[in-house]
Amino acid sequence: MASHLSYGRVNLNILREAARKDLREFLDKCSGSKAIVWDEYLTGPFGLIAQYSLLKEHEVEKMFTLKGGHIPSAAVKNIVFFVRPRLELMDIIAENIASEDKLQPPRDFHILFVPRRSLLCEQRLKEKGVLNSFTNIDEYILDLIPYDSDLLSMESENSFRECYLENDQTSLYHTAKGLMTLQALYGTIPQIFGKGECARHVANMMLRMKREFAGTLIPTLPVFDTLLLLDRNVDLLTPLATQLTYEGLIDEVYGITNGYVKLPPEKFAQKKQEEGGKDLPTEPKKLQLNSAEELYAEIRDKNFNAVGAALSKKAKIISAAFEERHNAKTVGEIKQFVSQLPHMQAARSSLANHTSIAELVKDITTSDVFFENLTVEQEFMTGVDTDKVCTYIEDCIAQKDPLIKILRLVCMQSVCNNGLKQKLLDYYKREIIQTYGYEHILTLNNMEKVGLLKPQSTMRNNYPTIRKTLKLWMEDTNEQNPNDISYVYSGYAPLSVRLTQLLARPGWRSIEEVLKMLPGPHFEERQQLPAGLHKKRQPGENRTTLVFFLGGVTYAEIAALRFLSQMEDSGTEYIIATTKLINGTSWIKSLMDHPEAPLF
Amino acid sequence: MAFVTANWNPLGEAFYRKVELYDMSWKLKEGLRECLITAAPYGGPIALLKGYQRRSPSTRPQLEIYSSSGVPMASFPWKSGLVKQLGWTVSDDLLCVQEDGTVLVYDLLGGYKKHFSMGNEVSQSQVMETKIFHSPYGTGVAILTGALRFTLATNIDDIKLKRLPEVPGLEGAPTCWAVLTQDRQSKVLVANGSHLFILDNTSCTSVTPPGLSPQASSILHMCVSFSYKYLALLTDSGHVWMGTSNLKEKISEVDTNIRTPPKQMAWCRRPKSQQSSVVIMWDRLLLVVGECKEMIQYPLDSDSVLVPEMDGVRIINETHHELLQEVPGACEEIFKIASMAPGALLLEAHKEYEKESQKADEYLREIKEQNLLAEAVKQCVEAAGHEYEPETQKTLLRAASFGKCFLSNFPPELFISMCRDLRVLNAVRDYTVGMPLTHTQFKQMTIQVLIDRLVHRKLYPLAIEVCRFLKTPEYQGVSRVLKHWACYKVQQKEESDEVIAKTVNMRLADASGISYSEIATKAYESGRTELAIKLLEYEPRSGEQVPLLLKMKKSPLALSKAIESGDTDLVYTVVMYLKNELNRGDFFMMLRNQPVALSLYRQFCKHQELNTLMDLFNQDDDHQELGNYYVKASYKEPRLEARVALLQNSVDEFYKAKNEFAAKATEEEMRLLRFQRKLEEEKGEPLVGFSLHDTITALLSVGLHKRAEQLYKDFRVSDKRFWWLKLKALAEKGDWDWLEKFAKSKKSPIGYLPFVEVCIKHQNKNEARKYVSRVTPEQKVKAHLAVGDLQSATEAAIERRNESEIITVLSRCSATTDVILVERLNRAKATAAKK
Repeated sequence: MASHLSYGRVNLNILREAARKDLREFLDKCSGSKAIVWDEYLTGPFGLIAQYSLLKEHEVEKMFTLKGGHIPSAAVKNIVFFVRPRLELMDIIAENIASEDKLQPPRDFHILFVPRRSLLCEQRLKEKGVLNSFTNIDEYILDLIPYDSDLLSMESENSFRECYLENDQTSLYHTAKGLMTLQALYGTIPQIFGKGECARHVANMMLRMKREFAGTLIPTLPVFDTLLLLDRNVDLLTPLATQLTYEGLIDEVYGITNGYVKLPPEKFAQKKQEEGGKDLPTEPKKLQLNSAEELYAEIRDKNFNAVGAALSKKAKIISAAFEERHNAKTVGEIKQFVSQLPHMQAARSSLANHTSIAELVKDITTSDVFFENLTVEQEFMTGVDTDKVCTYIEDCIAQKDPLIKILRLVCMQSVCNNGLKQKLLDYYKREIIQTYGYEHILTLNNMEKVGLLKPQSTMRNNYPTIRKTLKLWMEDTNEQNPNDISYVYSGYAPLSVRLTQLLARPGWRSIEEVLKMLPGPHFEERQQLPAGLHKKRQPGENRTTLVFFLGGVTYAEIAALRFLSQMEDSGTEYIIATTKLINGTSWIKSLMDHPEAPLF
Repeated sequence: MAFVTANWNPLGEAFYRKVELYDMSWKLKEGLRECLITAAPYGGPIALLKGYQRRSPSTRPQLEIYSSSGVPMASFPWKSGLVKQLGWTVSDDLLCVQEDGTVLVYDLLGGYKKHFSMGNEVSQSQVMETKIFHSPYGTGVAILTGALRFTLATNIDDIKLKRLPEVPGLEGAPTCWAVLTQDRQSKVLVANGSHLFILDNTSCTSVTPPGLSPQASSILHMCVSFSYKYLALLTDSGHVWMGTSNLKEKISEVDTNIRTPPKQMAWCRRPKSQQSSVVIMWDRLLLVVGECKEMIQYPLDSDSVLVPEMDGVRIINETHHELLQEVPGACEEIFKIASMAPGALLLEAHKEYEKESQKADEYLREIKEQNLLAEAVKQCVEAAGHEYEPETQKTLLRAASFGKCFLSNFPPELFISMCRDLRVLNAVRDYTVGMPLTHTQFKQMTIQVLIDRLVHRKLYPLAIEVCRFLKTPEYQGVSRVLKHWACYKVQQKEESDEVIAKTVNMRLADASGISYSEIATKAYESGRTELAIKLLEYEPRSGEQVPLLLKMKKSPLALSKAIESGDTDLVYTVVMYLKNELNRGDFFMMLRNQPVALSLYRQFCKHQELNTLMDLFNQDDDHQELGNYYVKASYKEPRLEARVALLQNSVDEFYKAKNEFAAKATEEEMRLLRFQRKLEEEKGEPLVGFSLHDTITALLSVGLHKRAEQLYKDFRVSDKRFWWLKLKALAEKGDWDWLEKFAKSKKSPIGYLPFVEVCIKHQNKNEARKYVSRVTPEQKVKAHLAVGDLQSATEAAIERRNESEIITVLSRCSATTDVILVERLNRAKATAAKK
């Protein structure tokens, strides 16, 4: 079920098992049958930890979504609320409890705060007079969720907005706590590097917590050699660019949430032939995407232009494998063939799925709109005319293309030009407001606050220097057999990953100048290891680095890091952690303000 | 050594021994007469209340606390009410139950801790008798009131009073009663004459012990075993009935031939006992009654008390403290006269070896021939654990060690841990400490509890020694002891804050996992706020400091500590506290100096208290945010005038913030709103709230071209955008004539390809064709392709000799139907490529 988590460089299943154990223990604390009332936001992340079957084993008989009014009736002994510590949710819970039917046999209430209990919320429950109604008030520390064999995510949607826009560093506290949990399981990480204000804050909290927990941690041989903390605002450019890896494009086009993607069903209809062509499935097709699927693991990180070839190669192998049956003569051979059959069939259906997905994506990537958009992006990234009005953006606004698309482009132009001239900036803003509505003045203000849009100061545009020094644009990118990370954006090498790459070799000292141009401090900290726990590296053994993206990471960046791990002479393998998996669209969306519509 | 068996007495199959634990070092003038006495199990302390029935203020009763060896630990005159019963809790606290049902709690050094009441009913009808009992839930108190009703509290740390049902036919005090713990419930067993009743929370059940001798007309005494599994009854006919406490099974019944009521009765059995037995005490006689007819009699020369333990009974009198127990199996095997058990032989072998006699070899050989050497070593080790005399322990351990030499593969842990345990046990048995624990008791109570007990007695150095010696993990062991020491230290009034803070920190510096905040709490509770603050400085967990700092009203410090911890929930907690404590001005001022707290509070206000949010922005002269605030507010406003008024506020704020763009944009919005409103009223078109773009589109789609033009001019919409907009709006409406007129009105700023494409999009190829000719040469190919004119597209592409355009056209050609075109294109492609 989650075996793919164990196959990576670091066995992340340990973390998942630890999380499952905590969950079971809590459920057993509320003895007897129970119903869970879910904060809807949590169901996705929990799905990565435990399926319904686990809950069922522990006498969870019903599940409801948290909402006002009274909880639907259910003949259970316990009602368990799984909630984030938010005041709005406390009010709903209080309402739920107050409207409990007095005539029914009383039920025990429990509350499980995820990821941490909160005095503020308990105070609110007290004020509402329901605090004493709870038999158990507990916390379920779910910070870093194992997402794949080399990927951890906190699935904290608004982390970037909170940290950079609202100056609310709650998610950073959870990050630091999560890293402490990780160190408790996988040993102290001896080296910490970081770039950015938030990174600094997290590192400080970690060092402080280390002192606090002194003596209570069981010493373990360190699994990670290095931790690199990166602020998302150090590299605002990358998420704005359209990802061109297979997985990245699926995310750009359809959006991957909690490891699942919903696809238009038409292409997946062929299996239901016998029912006749009339009733095509109308429900979107839901697929789980992770490295448990062999084929997906193979192609997810390829540039989309290399996926077709990979799929057809795979198709040949599979049909060859099925042909084998004609060669199976003896009973033994046939038996062996049959034993492989389930695996082969799974591979065949996986191939069929991905062929369909690739076709869907290809329809998009071959369109004029996609091509024109990409051309403009690439012009910006190479520094062409970033200081002038871009006619493509103008045309898009005039045609009222989706606002997020416009915002991605305008922000990109601003980032690639280290800000726009006031006149140009005002022009874009005015066009946007006149076309999409005045309310977006708030969103535009947000973009300015986080630095995605800014008026050019007297300072010189330093983007070209950064681009050249870090080799952010590679002219001759090989999409089929890449030799550099720039293949993930067909030419653009993500800044964040370049920083990671340079840290491993030759070290950040070589790029001090550029680091100073990027926002926030850069730093290095060392954590003392208890005597006897210093790892003795075998010759040729790779170092393991945990790269933590504060504020989100894109699938293309992950692909680039995986590419670095697999490079023969890299010497470093990467595990990736983040507050949330993002793409330009979801990211910009999280920064938008939607004032409530007038009531008339 | 030779006299090991000297104090043994046989009873049936087993032997009993009475071991002297201490010569009591107390000096009691009147002996144990006329006093209440209670001793805690597990070798715990002894409390005495002398003259407890005295009531006159001139001669008050005296409460004294001693260790098991009689070393005085506390003594003070009793000034409260009449005490009916003393008892110890599982955590070494003394309970004094008064006649009025009040229970006073003291620590074992005589410090007053708290008191609680057993309820109104008890205080009205007064306490007649009371018993203190222990259960898995803690220490409980059971009371028989003057109204002949029982009231029970199972755990004094979490008092839930239970009044038990009435006992039928009870007219005076019952002859005897006891508390039982069965099925996770505390019950009372009452004897009224010869009738027995079990009382639980809801019912009173009459019961009959199976096989109780019929001669009895009254049950005089009863006792329950340490584990609550067994029950013994003594009847007025002198019979002792023993059985299980569920009254389902009888073990034995023995006639003592004594008919006077005894003073005390207690079970004397051990885990893995060979037989069950009960010790009964009269004024001058102690009787051990087992399963056989015989009994052991011990004469008593002075008043004594029996203290039941899990593996025997302790007997305390004026001068001595003894342990009476069944001789443990291993000891019996080894020391029984003429025993041939492997352990006995090994002991003998070792004796001979020390005498350098070859007999040692003979004994050894005998054990080895039977293959019992490992068994012999185990017996010796086990027996050592049950012996009190260090000399005997040593002899046995040496013999074990000697035997071990002849064994390969014998695991050493057993021997080593016994040596360790005995070293600890001998240390705490020393009379200065006075904890006569047996090895069995020690294993049952665990090292954690032993350390707690030492800490309660303030024997910190010994506790630390024990932790270090047994290698207890630091945070459970040494650190915990040091924390208790520090908590004690901070309550010493005579030393100055500085000195104490320094000493505490010096001692605790190297210990890990110390919670300074707990120590500081103690200091604060004893009124030393300054010391508490000093101590908190040492606390590495800033989160831990905050609640105490708040309690001490050091809120600014609490706030900065909360911020330091990074825990935003903690910051919120302090902020909310401050909000209630301070007046608004001071509160805002304080936030102003703490940006982290301020932004969190803003977040809070955004969701919970919008008005406060505005005040906060006002205080900081944050005009940009104020402007945004009014913008948001305007969207909540259903009435247009109010909405515009709020926007006017925004405009003012934006100007103050020097954000000219936002101010202008807002003014434009106000203008637009007014325009929309006016038009709505005139034409009945719903427009308010539309963007400028959508407004114009809406106007065009209903044919209000003039109005649209007006907006286009008034709001200085760029030509390009207006053309796009009009093009799309007209096409949408299918107003092709207008579109054509529009296209001809002047030169299109967006070219004519959009016209082609938009027409195609609305499936109007004919209209689209009209514009193809006007498309610029660069876009011609595209335009031709859009209307599906491959021929012209080919011409155009070839004319332009543009390779990529040629390829595009090629990709649209079909290999079967457009053979000629494909050929031409391919030829052109070749030449274009050459160029």
